[in-house]
Amino acid sequence: MKAPPARLELDPLLDDLDTSIIVCCGSGGVGKTTTAAALAVRAAERGRRVVVLTIDPARRLAQAMGLDELDNSPRSVAGVGEAAGGSLDAMMLDMKRTFDEVVQEHSTPDKATQIQANPFYEAMSSSFSGTSEYMAMEKLGQLRAQASVPGGSGEQPWDLIVVDTPPSRSALDFLDAPRRLSSFLDGRFIRVLLAPAKAGGRAYLRLFSTAVGGITGVLTKLLGAQVLKDLQAFVAAMDTMFGGFRERAEQTYTMLQADGTAFVVVAAPDPDALREASYFVERLGAERMPLAGLVLNRVQTSPVESLSCERSTAAAEQLEEDGEHPVTAGLLRLHADRMRRLVREQAVSARFTAAHPRVPVVQVPARAQDVHDLDGLRGVGQDLGSA
Amino acid sequence: MPTADPPAARAGSRSSDFEGVRLHVVTGKGGTGKTTVAAALALALASGGRRTLLVEVEDRQGIARLFDVPPLPYAERKVAVAPEGGDLFALAVEPRAALMEYLDIFYKLGRAGRVLEKVGAVDFATTIAPGLRDVLLTGKVYEAVKRRQGGSPVYDAVVLDAPPTGRITRFLNVNTEVSGLAKVGPIRNQADAIMRLLRAPQTMVHLVTLLEEMPVQETVDGVAELTAAGLGVGGVVVNQVRDELLPARALAAAGKGNLDPDGVREGLVAAGLVRATASPGTGTKLVEGLLTEAAEHSARVSLQRRERRQLKQLGHPLYDLPFVSGGIDLGCLYELAEQMRAQGLA
Repeated sequence: MKAPPARLELDPLLDDLDTSIIVCCGSGGVGKTTTAAALAVRAAERGRRVVVLTIDPARRLAQAMGLDELDNSPRSVAGVGEAAGGSLDAMMLDMKRTFDEVVQEHSTPDKATQIQANPFYEAMSSSFSGTSEYMAMEKLGQLRAQASVPGGSGEQPWDLIVVDTPPSRSALDFLDAPRRLSSFLDGRFIRVLLAPAKAGGRAYLRLFSTAVGGITGVLTKLLGAQVLKDLQAFVAAMDTMFGGFRERAEQTYTMLQADGTAFVVVAAPDPDALREASYFVERLGAERMPLAGLVLNRVQTSPVESLSCERSTAAAEQLEEDGEHPVTAGLLRLHADRMRRLVREQAVSARFTAAHPRVPVVQVPARAQDVHDLDGLRGVGQDLGSA
Repeated sequence: MPTADPPAARAGSRSSDFEGVRLHVVTGKGGTGKTTVAAALALALASGGRRTLLVEVEDRQGIARLFDVPPLPYAERKVAVAPEGGDLFALAVEPRAALMEYLDIFYKLGRAGRVLEKVGAVDFATTIAPGLRDVLLTGKVYEAVKRRQGGSPVYDAVVLDAPPTGRITRFLNVNTEVSGLAKVGPIRNQADAIMRLLRAPQTMVHLVTLLEEMPVQETVDGVAELTAAGLGVGGVVVNQVRDELLPARALAAAGKGNLDPDGVREGLVAAGLVRATASPGTGTKLVEGLLTEAAEHSARVSLQRRERRQLKQLGHPLYDLPFVSGGIDLGCLYELAEQMRAQGLA
């Protein structure tokens, strides 16, 4: 067995006033939201002024943090951090409202109405999956702009922003969102769609217009004239805002690469989740994003690890054969089952560490109950921190 | 692409709770084993001389990994032979390829399709507007279900390893959005046809869950959303069910902290784990450790029973699949498929 990985020390990270953004990422179902919330609570109780952006918290966890009212802006969570001079604000992302706010803020009232009335807007802002990545990044940008961190206005007291990421098809969609937007805006397709409005009458554009005419002909055949008209109207109306969109997306991207940001990859000790985590770690490296380490959630532990699965099973078999002490035999079976999982998880985790020896890891033991209140979050925070 | 046998060569009907269903959509919260369940279901449905297609749409190559075959191209490949004969084909749908194919089939757009690709319209459709991805993915599934050769369907059943519960209703309903955008025209017709299939009795959505709070809550929410959207809910698959390893009375006692430590110590002496001649204090740590584990197990079991009661109230049939330690391999899939057949899911 290789050397165990270095322990991910999260308390020093939370205490370091230069840490201004922590991003929790990982595949679905690994406890990402809980980890983000637990880190936020712990940071606040160590004196930081924290705002946490969650994407899709479990209902009871949301209620525990006072998030059952959706108004798309952070609310103060009472009873967290006051003693240490810290505070916690929490919010849950409302994709549609974030989109509405962006449109209203960056266009004239007339244009905003025009955009919001277009059928494509309705579809894009509320129904189509994938928009949540853009909006999570947009919201993160907004929070930072108001926060008391380098580059922020100081309008809000926050000195630490903790972000959960959307449960995406690929957990990395949110990293790609700004770039996708840029490549889209610079793309020829947008120009083609906008061409009839822009190129009107200018002779030197005639050749271009002819080519465009061919393409719009194809699109008309594909989509129908009305759909194409709606799409063009939508893109034309959005065009004035696109520049701002892109600029902010790029700013957010640069901000994520900065020193004050720390990425925490969250995984469970199973092969699928750790494969995603590996992919994530590699991708963050390639994008020069600052990785703090891996949080391994729901790890199987045992108070008596010295009794192996094999010995425990053999002992249970012997008791069963003798027909004596059925309770003890059951306890030994139970322990054997637990040790079998524990050993398997260790093997899976060891493979991750073999591939990424420099990534520090912190393990959070599996709990008998799900976490759905502040005390539960404090417990997870304790496991995440040094204690 | 497979060629169809003459219909007579296919197996007849048999007893399953979902006889006549042609499209099985499998969803579940992330981490519940949705891909594994979809694969086992496809295998079970293929058994006895049938032919099924397993489709994945999330670009993860989960099927290839499960069946231990090279990454799937955008083409239907045979990945396994089912028990008692029967063929399982698999397909990983890739949105770009699906779009080009769609343009080709519906519009005979050989060259024009390439022009669209050149100006970035294909990128636009498949990456920038993720909703269109879903339109293409559901469109491909629709095509596979409807495909006929020699007067009968090419596939007896299609199993879709679908997006997770949180997104499933939106995913399946995406064509309703399209109908809202396109009031008339070819796209509208296609969207309407897909929605008709998805809402028909031949389509069932199965939800995979674990006996844990969040997955169960998502299942309950998912069932409500699907039902409200007019989509048929089939079974609820309870995955990774663990055996209850303690006798019922001991389990109850463990939960209350009433197990007798001395009795357990005697048992450990009888099993040779604690020496009989040892002083009374020896083995205390072991006894206490085992009792702690038993108390935790008891808490877990009562939580699971509570979650199961909640699932039962949904009024959809429940199917249990055992926890498989050591990871899922091809052999496990056959075992899980057998369980599904025995319980009537397939």
